[in-house]
Amino acid sequence: MASVEELKNIASQVRRDIVRMVNAVNSGHPGGSLGCTDFMVALYFNQMNHNKNFTMDGLGEDLFFLSNGHICPVWYSVLAHAGYFEPSELATFRKLNSRVQGHPATAEHLPGIRSAAGSLGQGLSVAIGAALAKKLNKEDKSIVYTLHGDGEFQEGQIWEALMFAPHHKVDNLIATIDYNNKQIDGDVDQVLSHRDLKAKLHEFGWDVIEVLDGNNMEAITAALADAKSRTGKGVPVFIMMHTVMGKGVDFMENEHKWHGTAPNAEQTAAALAQLPETLGDYKAG
Amino acid sequence: MALQDYVTTGNKDTRSGFGAGILELGKTNPNVVALCADLAGSLKLDDFIKAFPERYVQVGIAEANMIGIAAGLTIGGKIPFATTFANFATGRVYDQIRQSVAYSKKNVKIAASHAGLTLGEDGATHQILEDIGLMQMLPGMVVINPCDYNQTKAATIAVAEYVGPVYLRFGRPVWPIFMPDEKFVIGKAIVMNEGKDVTIFATGHLVWKSLEAARQLEAEGLSVELINIHTIKPLDEEAILRSVAKTKCAVVAEEHNRIGGLGSSIASLLAHNTPAPLEYVAVNDHFGESATPAQLMTKYGLDTVNVVEAVKKVMGRKG
Ligand SMILES: Cc1ncc(C[n+]2csc(CCOP(=O)(O)OP(=O)(O)O)c2C)c(N)n1
Ligand SMILES: [Mg+2]
Repeated sequence: MASVEELKNIASQVRRDIVRMVNAVNSGHPGGSLGCTDFMVALYFNQMNHNKNFTMDGLGEDLFFLSNGHICPVWYSVLAHAGYFEPSELATFRKLNSRVQGHPATAEHLPGIRSAAGSLGQGLSVAIGAALAKKLNKEDKSIVYTLHGDGEFQEGQIWEALMFAPHHKVDNLIATIDYNNKQIDGDVDQVLSHRDLKAKLHEFGWDVIEVLDGNNMEAITAALADAKSRTGKGVPVFIMMHTVMGKGVDFMENEHKWHGTAPNAEQTAAALAQLPETLGDYKAG
Repeated sequence: MALQDYVTTGNKDTRSGFGAGILELGKTNPNVVALCADLAGSLKLDDFIKAFPERYVQVGIAEANMIGIAAGLTIGGKIPFATTFANFATGRVYDQIRQSVAYSKKNVKIAASHAGLTLGEDGATHQILEDIGLMQMLPGMVVINPCDYNQTKAATIAVAEYVGPVYLRFGRPVWPIFMPDEKFVIGKAIVMNEGKDVTIFATGHLVWKSLEAARQLEAEGLSVELINIHTIKPLDEEAILRSVAKTKCAVVAEEHNRIGGLGSSIASLLAHNTPAPLEYVAVNDHFGESATPAQLMTKYGLDTVNVVEAVKKVMGRKG
């Protein structure tokens, strides 16, 4: 298990990777990726029991599903630094014949990915299925994790799944929402509000943990440990993780325009100046 | 085998063939799991649920969630059968099937009952005639439309052995049982009768109508080749081309829109290889309506007489 200092170092490098990846192809989604970096690093380097020698079935290990597939740059970088593939492959992001697709895919067999995502709203259902499979495979006591966008939570399928998991006591499941209050057209509150999401989740039967600063490594590691301790008790666990879209790059912070805009060369230089290179940059393609 | 060998041994709905097939799978394959969206009785899952309650997932009326859960269950080695009416198993959840099942290459079996017009009185909201088209457009999706109880049961067992996404389509009405109780081979067309004047390619409930038509036509002195195309994708191209090379014309009979179904596939195959006159017995780009299955088959031109007429018409078009 990595120390908080080590996790912060990794996070800084992951943020650099994200900025460089989207800049290189002048497309992709930096905002949510940067906002969820601390969570993803804590998850893979501190929390999950996972195996970089990837198998699709993942028997006996914790599994992660990214439902808001557009923030895959953060996932790709984390997977690479966790040893699933060489960081140099990040240079192929969104390019022809790459395994590092614009949204996560299994078709090209990138290690670490178990389901395609991109069309929003589907990942919680898939994760529930994987969690049920673990229960059917009696000896498999490991946990299934998901991450969702808060805009994504406007999708109807999410609410089908939110209803299902407590009803069927899927208690080997920890779902997290990136509660940045941003989506493409503006603030989630303005576009279509969830109103009191926490109350709704409680009413649906979830055990809810709220993390007020999901970009604070101490807070997020503590929340993940807390969440894990609440599994296996007959109810699914939910983390409401408040984050800042674009976290770590001052001009991107809290700006919905950076949901899916790539920084130009100048902006990239300004962004990288704010993010120490800790593990070495991957070689540009 | 030839026409006289197809003896009717009873009458049952094809969905009961599915129910029997999945019950048998429950006994023989511990990885088989069934899911349903509040239509377990209609899908004939009662016996499976009773025998294997821990391997049944009631998802409620939430089909999108069902498809996703089925996809997830494959991660960890399960073989999920996601079941509901054909309309709700395809059109309603197309994007979920597309992303979470087909593109993700998941070993999900979508088992869909009440396909086509023959569900009857519930009417057009439930009578999907576009499902074969929707499913066969998905890369990697196997599409199977068995014709009677025996073939549906055998197909259910066969698709569990196959690794990859499958759309298995069957229906509601009680229908003659005439196929032998034999192993189902995915993608292998069955020549039910050899002939040299015309080929009838039939799938699903229309195999029975075509069998009746072929008997009538043979009695009139024609030599009719009847081929049961239970697997629409992958299509048994070799069998189709071989037959049309001999008969030089064909009729395609299916309980589906004439656009996007088996007819379209065979037309495309022939056009790319050996063009030949072709006629369809299919629904003419229309929604259905409420009535008895028999009345609907008549009104929408899916009856024995329609197959007979199509054969005569297509033979008249031969050079
Ligand atoms: C089903 C579906 N509808 C629309 C989109 C287009 N889209 C991609 S991301 C996005 C906004 C998502 O907002 P949120 O989940 O809050 O992500 P964030 O912007 O915070 O990263 C939209 C509308 C999509 N990918 N899938
Ligand atoms: Mg958001």
